Amino acid sequence: MQKELKKYFPFFCLVTVAAFAVAFFIPFCMGIYLSFTEFTTVTNAKWVGLENYVKAFTANREFLDALWFTVRFTVVSVVSINVFAFSLALLLTRGIRGTNLFRTVFFMPNLIGGIVLGYIWQLILNGVLARFQVTLTFDPRYGFWGLVVLMNWQLIGYMMIIYIAGLQNIPTDLLEAAKVDGASPWVTLRKITIPMVMPSITICTFLTLTNSFKLFDQNVALTNGAPSKKTAMLALDIYNTFYGRSGWAGVGQAKAVIFFILVAGIALLQLWLTRRKEVEN
Amino acid sequence: MFKRAKFTDAVIFAVLVFLSAAFLAPIFIVFFNSFKGKLFVVNQPFRLPDSQTFVRLNNYVEGIAKTDFFSAFGYSLFITVFSVAAIILFTAMTAWYITRVKTRFTGVLYYLFVFSMIVPFQMVMFTMSKMANMLHLDNPVGIILIYLGFGAGLSVFMFCGFIKSIPLEIEEAAMIDGCNPIVMFFRVIFPILQPTAITVAILNAMWVWNDYLLPYLVIGSEYKTIPIAIQYLKGGYGSIDWGAMMALLVLAILPIVIFYLSCQKYIIRGVVAGAVKG
Repeated sequence: MQKELKKYFPFFCLVTVAAFAVAFFIPFCMGIYLSFTEFTTVTNAKWVGLENYVKAFTANREFLDALWFTVRFTVVSVVSINVFAFSLALLLTRGIRGTNLFRTVFFMPNLIGGIVLGYIWQLILNGVLARFQVTLTFDPRYGFWGLVVLMNWQLIGYMMIIYIAGLQNIPTDLLEAAKVDGASPWVTLRKITIPMVMPSITICTFLTLTNSFKLFDQNVALTNGAPSKKTAMLALDIYNTFYGRSGWAGVGQAKAVIFFILVAGIALLQLWLTRRKEVEN
Repeated sequence: MFKRAKFTDAVIFAVLVFLSAAFLAPIFIVFFNSFKGKLFVVNQPFRLPDSQTFVRLNNYVEGIAKTDFFSAFGYSLFITVFSVAAIILFTAMTAWYITRVKTRFTGVLYYLFVFSMIVPFQMVMFTMSKMANMLHLDNPVGIILIYLGFGAGLSVFMFCGFIKSIPLEIEEAAMIDGCNPIVMFFRVIFPILQPTAITVAILNAMWVWNDYLLPYLVIGSEYKTIPIAIQYLKGGYGSIDWGAMMALLVLAILPIVIFYLSCQKYIIRGVVAGAVKG
């Protein structure tokens, strides 16, 4: 059969492979090459070696500031989202009435797009801060915590659903055995529930980590980096370097390559770390 | 003992009701603000509209006119429907081919698709939008090909995972009955792939419908999708017409909520399946 099918490559693969080449593969390779050049359009590139990479860090502090902001934001939101989502999942697997309705409500914000979310929260947070005679862009700390709240609102429901699926997979005899042996709820949680949902924890940390680190739309719509680029995350800083100032596209591309390496590195490291803790069953 | 459990349940129930209200509040606040005059939206966002602040549907009329919302809705719908359809059809075909035909080339192809999943969009945004421009893909039809290419990674990966679990005997039997691969794919394989196809459809629909930067860079100067229209309302100097903004936010959320409530079961199941496999 393989022999027969082999002849049909153009029919089965050509469209996808062509689209993949145009939308991803060629731009990716060109992107790596262009990060070592100076260019304004892709056709007038001039080789400059590592200059763009040096410039990314030394020309101004924006890239490092954005990196630091992104790292802090990612840590805070990964921890808070997962703690809240897991707690909600525990509450919603006790067979309380209305469970389905609650699940529906908590999940809904996840379907709303980043731009829309940003403006919803800009209105609400500015409304709250107006009581204290300030606005969201008055202090970078407000923008930071605003983004954390927004991200929690968006992702808690999503992660909760994954945790619920994980919790429902724990064999009940395991929990009953623990009860018979006189384990307190706290011990059961630590010794049975958490180890058994480790695969869900892997997935949820992965999703929250990559989503927070790559955040763009929400950042643009909520503060757009204000005040004075202090709340710009990496993706926004890269965008601004590309399109904000002519002649800096090479530096933008170099930043993008660094960004890609960071995202890939963090994702793989995280998967390796949490996968180790998963129990075989 | 029994009584205490009942009491705990009641407390949890109350906490959940409170949290649900907190989760719904932002949407509710946007909704009632969309009926208030623009100055009152900014100054008193938490006050319900009253006779002084109520402006009927003025914000909607203004917002729709300013951003040409209905054409934005049309573009969003067109691009989402056809991109998702293209992704399902073509990546399913490709996934079947590269799972069943084992050569070094298909092996490399598979790893390239998987690899593309971890590459952030910023890495290719500049070169890709220039490329789309040069190849004249910068229109609502051409962008479908871009979405197919950029969405191929996750979708091929998910279809491959499922195809590996389909027993070869089915295909061998069809082969003996004289099916050629094309007929076999559409008559035998594609129907079996349905559960994964639903998951792939939901994940991609959520992505394409809400996507902002890709369509903005590729077609944004001529064709505005809903997220681009909303961002456009902000104007060049950051002065926002908050009345029109509220109306547009409601119009942007409404189709999503209706879609969600009508096929909630598939969405939640699809999202869980997608997360577990992805």
